[in-house]
Amino acid sequence: MAVTGFLTDSTLCIGCKACEVACKEWNDVPDDGFVWSGLSYDNTLALGHSTYRHVKFVEREPRAGCGGNAKEQMTWEFSSDVCKHCENAGCLEACPTGSIVRTEFGSVFVQPDICNGCGYCVVACPFGVVDRRPDDGRAFKCTFCYDRQKAGAEPACAKACPTGSILFGRLDELERAADRRIAHLHASGMTDATIWNPKDTSVGGTHAFFLVRGDPRAYNLPPKPEVPATLLRQSWSAAAVAAGAMVALSLMSFALGNRSAGVPPAGPAASRRRGAK
Amino acid sequence: MKPHIPETRLDEIREQAALGHLDAKGIRPSGSPFPEETSYYGLPLVKPPVWTWEVPLYFFVGGAAGASSVLAFSAQLAGASPSLVRDARWVAAIGAAVSGPLLILDLGRPERFLNMLRVFKPQSPMSMGAWTLSVFGTATTAAVISEKVRLPRIGDTAAFVAALSGLAMATYTGVLIGATVIPVWAKHARSLPIHFGASALASATALLNLRGHDDAALNTLGLAAAAFETYMGIEIESRDDIESEPLRRGPTSTTIRIGGFFSGPLPLVLRLLGIRSKRARRVAAASALLGSLITRVAWIEAGKASARDSRPSLR
Repeated sequence: MAVTGFLTDSTLCIGCKACEVACKEWNDVPDDGFVWSGLSYDNTLALGHSTYRHVKFVEREPRAGCGGNAKEQMTWEFSSDVCKHCENAGCLEACPTGSIVRTEFGSVFVQPDICNGCGYCVVACPFGVVDRRPDDGRAFKCTFCYDRQKAGAEPACAKACPTGSILFGRLDELERAADRRIAHLHASGMTDATIWNPKDTSVGGTHAFFLVRGDPRAYNLPPKPEVPATLLRQSWSAAAVAAGAMVALSLMSFALGNRSAGVPPAGPAASRRRGAK
Repeated sequence: MKPHIPETRLDEIREQAALGHLDAKGIRPSGSPFPEETSYYGLPLVKPPVWTWEVPLYFFVGGAAGASSVLAFSAQLAGASPSLVRDARWVAAIGAAVSGPLLILDLGRPERFLNMLRVFKPQSPMSMGAWTLSVFGTATTAAVISEKVRLPRIGDTAAFVAALSGLAMATYTGVLIGATVIPVWAKHARSLPIHFGASALASATALLNLRGHDDAALNTLGLAAAAFETYMGIEIESRDDIESEPLRRGPTSTTIRIGGFFSGPLPLVLRLLGIRSKRARRVAAASALLGSLITRVAWIEAGKASARDSRPSLR
């Protein structure tokens, strides 16, 4: 099976949220609250246990005193966020039940019939994607429409996207398409268009990658995401040091304590009769 | 200081504004590069831990039980009183018996707790923890039961296994939260296992003290743990990285400091007095127990606060 991926091109996104709607309906995802955030047109705010696609509205109004109300000062960018389906996935490595697996399409999938809701994947995802659904108890995230892909169909969000902002296909082909698109954008003067795909970090690249304008951090796309596994060696070493110290200290103090004259030897009876003195 | 702006500049700004375009510094002409912004409305990037009260309580109980089994083993090896060995084994067994339900209760699907033992996954500290607790629970229970039914050889073997897995029980929780993406935890991935180990040792000695044991060794160990916890407090206070901000600012810092005070300086002084005074030893024990519990709660709360800050994750 070919490794598939998502290329989300923010320069084509019109912020219609068809991807959010299509995902919700196809995957039968419960509502994630009805709130007015006040942050542009974004009332979804983040990916989560009940949001597998999330359209970001990166909006900057002119600053007071520098530009007045001149409308050309305003910038408004949209980008549909999704689980990154990491090459080295923090959630997959952290999962103690083997519920989170790598599928034949290279995507990262939470098997709902295995997950026991321990919540460890939640703190292992460098992108804040997977979360535990409070009323259900299990962890949920984008399935990369595993069911649809199995049937040879494209994911619901990609199919519903009216502008071709969400492209689905073979990962290697998408990477070439992204390079062509960047070259085209740069040639037409949009020189701040970049591809976000953290290949040179411990994440090792993502299967869902993004073409954005400007600093990817404005889209909450971290420049240097790291999987927690990079910390395992130093942390377990520290645990070994602590364990060694604990054994050495307790052996030493009990060995010395037996010889010290300060405290009378406490026999079995002494502890039973405590308080008698 | 306020910059000097001539009155005529205000007229200039008004005239330009009326025409819809200001030439002031900081203006971006149309079609200019997309403005730099460091985050998405400052919204959090990573998700906060979903764990509730069961988890810090488990860290506390499991840690104390683990360290207690180490004490039981070394006390026996060094020829300490059999009653101390027996009580330490019991503390370990009871702690293990409480730990299991606590961990199961925290699951989103408690009825599926056995799925933890579907796979053995060294790269997952949670998997290692589940297996450690299973071995520890079995070994500590076997140790106390075989003593009751007078099978000392089996009891001693079980106690050895309990001590080995107890070492992991006392320290692995530091790895569990250290090896995550939560900035404040990840920043302390190296110190947390030692910190939690010291905390576990302090509470195990404290429990045995309160059970009525007054071996000098217990006081020495309590002293050592309190000394390390004091050092840890100084280390936390002297940091100025943004990852560690929840430990130094806001409500979580208060909890960290209260936990630190009851784990570090207070028992340190009392343990020193405790070389002579039994009462000081008892108070030190109570303080260390309380400090250990508050410390575990504080670290989980600090992790939740840390997840709300997107700055460290976006660097």
